[in-house]
Amino acid sequence: MIKIDKLHKSYEMGSSSLHVLKGIDFNVEAGELVAIMGSSGSGKSTLLNILGMLDNADEGTYDLDKMRIENLDEKTAAEYRNKFLGFIFQSFNLINYKSALENVALPLYYQGLKRKERQKIALNYLDKVGLKNWSTHLPSELSGGQKQRVAIARALASNPKVLLADEPTGALDSTTSMEVMALIQKINNEGKTILVVTHEHDIAMMCKRIVNLKDGVIVEDKKVKQNIIKNV
Amino acid sequence: MFNVERWKEIFQSIKKNKLRTVLSGTTVSLGILIFIILFGLGEGLKNSYSDLFLRQANNVVFLYTGKTTKPYGGFKTNRRIEFDNSDIADIKANFSDRVEYINPTIRYGDNIKYKLESYNFSIQAVSPSNQYIEGNVLMKGRYINEKDIENKTKVVVIGRLVARDIFKTEDPIGKFINIGSRSYKVIGVFQDLDGDNEESYLFLPYTTRQQILMGSDKVGSIAITFNPNLGGKGAVKLENDIKTFLKKKKSIDPTDPSAIRVRNVADELERSMQFAGALQIIVAFVGIGTLIAGIIGISNIMVFIVKERTKELGVRKALGAQPSEIIKMILTESIFITSISGFAGMIIGVIALNSLESGLQEYFITRPQVSLNIAFIATVILIIFGVIAGYIPAKRAAQIKPIVALRDE
Repeated sequence: MIKIDKLHKSYEMGSSSLHVLKGIDFNVEAGELVAIMGSSGSGKSTLLNILGMLDNADEGTYDLDKMRIENLDEKTAAEYRNKFLGFIFQSFNLINYKSALENVALPLYYQGLKRKERQKIALNYLDKVGLKNWSTHLPSELSGGQKQRVAIARALASNPKVLLADEPTGALDSTTSMEVMALIQKINNEGKTILVVTHEHDIAMMCKRIVNLKDGVIVEDKKVKQNIIKNV
Repeated sequence: MFNVERWKEIFQSIKKNKLRTVLSGTTVSLGILIFIILFGLGEGLKNSYSDLFLRQANNVVFLYTGKTTKPYGGFKTNRRIEFDNSDIADIKANFSDRVEYINPTIRYGDNIKYKLESYNFSIQAVSPSNQYIEGNVLMKGRYINEKDIENKTKVVVIGRLVARDIFKTEDPIGKFINIGSRSYKVIGVFQDLDGDNEESYLFLPYTTRQQILMGSDKVGSIAITFNPNLGGKGAVKLENDIKTFLKKKKSIDPTDPSAIRVRNVADELERSMQFAGALQIIVAFVGIGTLIAGIIGISNIMVFIVKERTKELGVRKALGAQPSEIIKMILTESIFITSISGFAGMIIGVIALNSLESGLQEYFITRPQVSLNIAFIATVILIIFGVIAGYIPAKRAAQIKPIVALRDE
């Protein structure tokens, strides 16, 4: 599903340049649930940005579902993000004046769907994350875990090929973290490819594969025995 | 361009962010409102000023006589020059294409009596043209007419204040008053918008006065009105032509400055209008100042709004909004709010000005009004600047990477 070859990325910092990614080779098959781990400065966020088409690589290639992603202008990048990727953020990033349902429907708005259609699909995904009864509530009326579930429903709404989650449990307590990870596992089991960036080992252990980044290179890439969450 | 779905998005954003909407809307409304009111009041001040000078016919030239200061054509210096009836006939005959009205005037003082009471008012013996030149408005009866001039009738037209003082509540028309030793019939009462002073006159036919002066044909001064199409230069030329003509006729040195003098109302008016022009500049300055304050206000708010929405815009971009879509959304919203509130402010301002119209006369403000054109242009300027002020930060916001916008907490 994702194929990355010799990926390099540097940032110009005044006169010096900071080499953040130093040749990453990395493949993800469809249906995988991969944790990308690393301390801050390891390059994991940069990698996620490039995967999310929020940033361009300097060297190397990136194929998403056999499609070469390169030299994207803003317009095409926005279109691809909308079609192929779903984002889950640490701080949820829901739009505070929109109800849960409207938040979930937003990616569909940018696909040009009619309002009725959008709401039907959005309600369906809200139901999937167990928040059908909360559809008219504003984010401020939801708990942290509920907000993240709305965000997951939103990421799913456009039916993307890959979900990218940036520290999805970073702002949650351990119980709600379990809930959210359980939901991610459930979605993964239904066949969705998911990448989770995290620095917490127990969260990573809930994935099927762990990729460890250090100083811009992959130091470890192993399949793990997934810690499956039950009874939440 | 018209996209129903985008409008729905925008309406939601407007409705759900009331403070923001009210803030930016009020700035624009207030800017336009204050602009219109200030501009209108300034305009009113100018109106009062020009009214003061414009009620009299302003195409009038007054001709006076004096004594010669230079010997000429065998005459000694210090000769007294006077106009007479032939001068009037000559001006009529020679300048008929450029002169509209001629009004010979003889000013004099005499004892005015009615029923044993004595009064003191200015008396002028004039021709019917006087009504037009002075801007007298008849309240009652009739003005002096050509028949009166021809027949030298003993009639008098009196000002409103004269009528009030002499006749109190009585109807003056048809009554007789004594001027000097003769009795005159009151035929009309006039008012004059130029004020009390102008309403304290008694006018009688100049030929009547000449008859009393033992058949004299002398005239004190002559007022003429020229064809307004002549314009400023034409008027000056006419003045000089008449002066030259009369000097030649009366054997006066062409360079003698005081034998025949000319006063042009238009010249005075021009000086007065310079003051009005200065007022206009002040008014324009105040107006532009208010408008700039409004523009700065709306610009500030637009920058603030976009800043406040950076994160939301980042989310929208991550979810697939294209940069152009972001810019369109912000601009449509700002145009919508500024237009509605701008035109609301404009309408309120115009209504407020109209309701002030009658109450401000004692503060020297008449007809405080703004032409719809100016109000409209000012509103559009404010809207355009609101859009520009919104466009710059919107463009920047649309270009920052969503990931940066999202980190901005």
